Amino acid sequence: MAVVQVEQLRKVYGAVVAVDEVSFEVQEGEIFGMVGPNGAGKTTTIECIGGLRRPDAGRILVLGLDPQAKGYALRERIGMQLQESALPDRIKVWEALDLYASFYRPSDDWRPLLEQLGLVDKYNASFAKLSGGEKQRLSIALALLGDPELVFLDELTTGLDPQARRAMWDLVRGIRDRGKTVFLTTHYMEEAERLCDRVAIIDRGRIIALDTPENLIQGLGVDSRVVFSVEGTFSLELLQTLNGVSRVEQSGERVTLYGQGEALVGQVINLLTERGIRFRDLRTERPTLDDVYLALTGREMRD
Amino acid sequence: MRGLGKLIWVKLKLFFREPEAFFFTLIFPVLMLFVFGSIYGNEPLDIFGGRGTVDMSVPAYMGIIIATTGLMSIPISVATDREKRVLRRLRTTPVRPHTIITAWLVMYFGITLVGALLLVAAGKLVYDMRFDGNVLYVFLAFTLGTLSFFALGFVVASLAPTGRTANIVGMVLFFPMIFFSGATIPWQTLSEGVQRVGRALPLTYVVQLLQGLWFGEPWSEHLLKVAVLLGMLIVGVVVSAKTFRWD
Repeated sequence: MAVVQVEQLRKVYGAVVAVDEVSFEVQEGEIFGMVGPNGAGKTTTIECIGGLRRPDAGRILVLGLDPQAKGYALRERIGMQLQESALPDRIKVWEALDLYASFYRPSDDWRPLLEQLGLVDKYNASFAKLSGGEKQRLSIALALLGDPELVFLDELTTGLDPQARRAMWDLVRGIRDRGKTVFLTTHYMEEAERLCDRVAIIDRGRIIALDTPENLIQGLGVDSRVVFSVEGTFSLELLQTLNGVSRVEQSGERVTLYGQGEALVGQVINLLTERGIRFRDLRTERPTLDDVYLALTGREMRD
Repeated sequence: MRGLGKLIWVKLKLFFREPEAFFFTLIFPVLMLFVFGSIYGNEPLDIFGGRGTVDMSVPAYMGIIIATTGLMSIPISVATDREKRVLRRLRTTPVRPHTIITAWLVMYFGITLVGALLLVAAGKLVYDMRFDGNVLYVFLAFTLGTLSFFALGFVVASLAPTGRTANIVGMVLFFPMIFFSGATIPWQTLSEGVQRVGRALPLTYVVQLLQGLWFGEPWSEHLLKVAVLLGMLIVGVVVSAKTFRWD
């Protein structure tokens, strides 16, 4: 069942087309990611879906409701964590939760969220004294008040160190595992690939690809790489005869083999072993969503 | 109005965690009363029509408190909350905008009133202040003055892009008003030229209305002042309703 339906969404700021004819659906119970560089239109899309901005054209239904006409009824049933939105510096963690809980009916019990998000020790800390990760966790806790069916997480891990980012991924998976639908945006391709069930790649206001990360990567036909070092000389032609190999490069001891297919690595190892060729440091490099983005736009994704 | 009580309570706690706002609204006017009261006492003076310095100062200093919350606290707090996207965060919840604005008005009106009552208590207990008016009338005038200044404050908060700008605009309005309106320096001692400037400042009308009713003068003597403040209230509400932004 689709919990979010967006058809031909368009939003223009002056001369800038922020979102251009965007259509997609988010299915119940999935982690849906929208990934793209800053300024691609991700936040605008989320704001339109949450009823905070009026689209210039297009149709949006969220949980069967029109966000413009039924914004308040909708915000009873969704949770939104928006990029860079904040709390007053001197508000305490428990006060923020207690205040925001009072906006929902029935007034939600916020105490279990403190525990779930690891904020028990920070109960009485001021917002300004929290670390970046703690602020984000509090922000998620606020988005989870009122037991929402659908949670929006906008640029959740921007500015977090890798460890905090990984912890955040586990949290997001936990939200999905409790039966909620998660709609997140990120400009980290790796995050989208690891975390999302389905990914929409957005660039300059348009969705240029939408599928599971696996399908996006495979569908692109980008080669995997097998990299290893050999001792002594050997004939590269041997490798080129293997199934699925598209090309082989050598630079000094380093050999890089490009190709496709699940059996690629096995074949390479078998061949080298059969021929008694001594090799080391063998590793495979799968194509990533970064490669997909590069192939689709001709540009590298930057933070 | 779900969430109203908690919004007021949290806003109040945050107010008491800002030492400057707290000091200038609740402590400073009382300190001024003690300073000038200890210099001049509260003996009846001809220049004040037989009233004492403290008798005149209590209603006048209420004008300072009104200007402090209206022109400083409200614009700075609202514009800062917008700039830091605190307001945007609130708007992602089902809380209604009129609930948020009601909470602000109740909280700021409450602390303005507490500031005024502290002045009255100090005047009564320490200087045996005279009061010849009707408490209800003075309260109504105080409410009118306060709301009209809150409306002006919301106009500043609506038009200022950042908390810093709101602070500067607030000060530019605040300082001439408190010095040229009779709020800090008694009107009767101001020169003709300064009084001419003062007549263009709305705080003058707050101070004169409060002082007049304080001493039992009828409303009919103060219709112009009431009209000016009502006008500012209406224009302020209309302008801020049209220009206020949540983000």
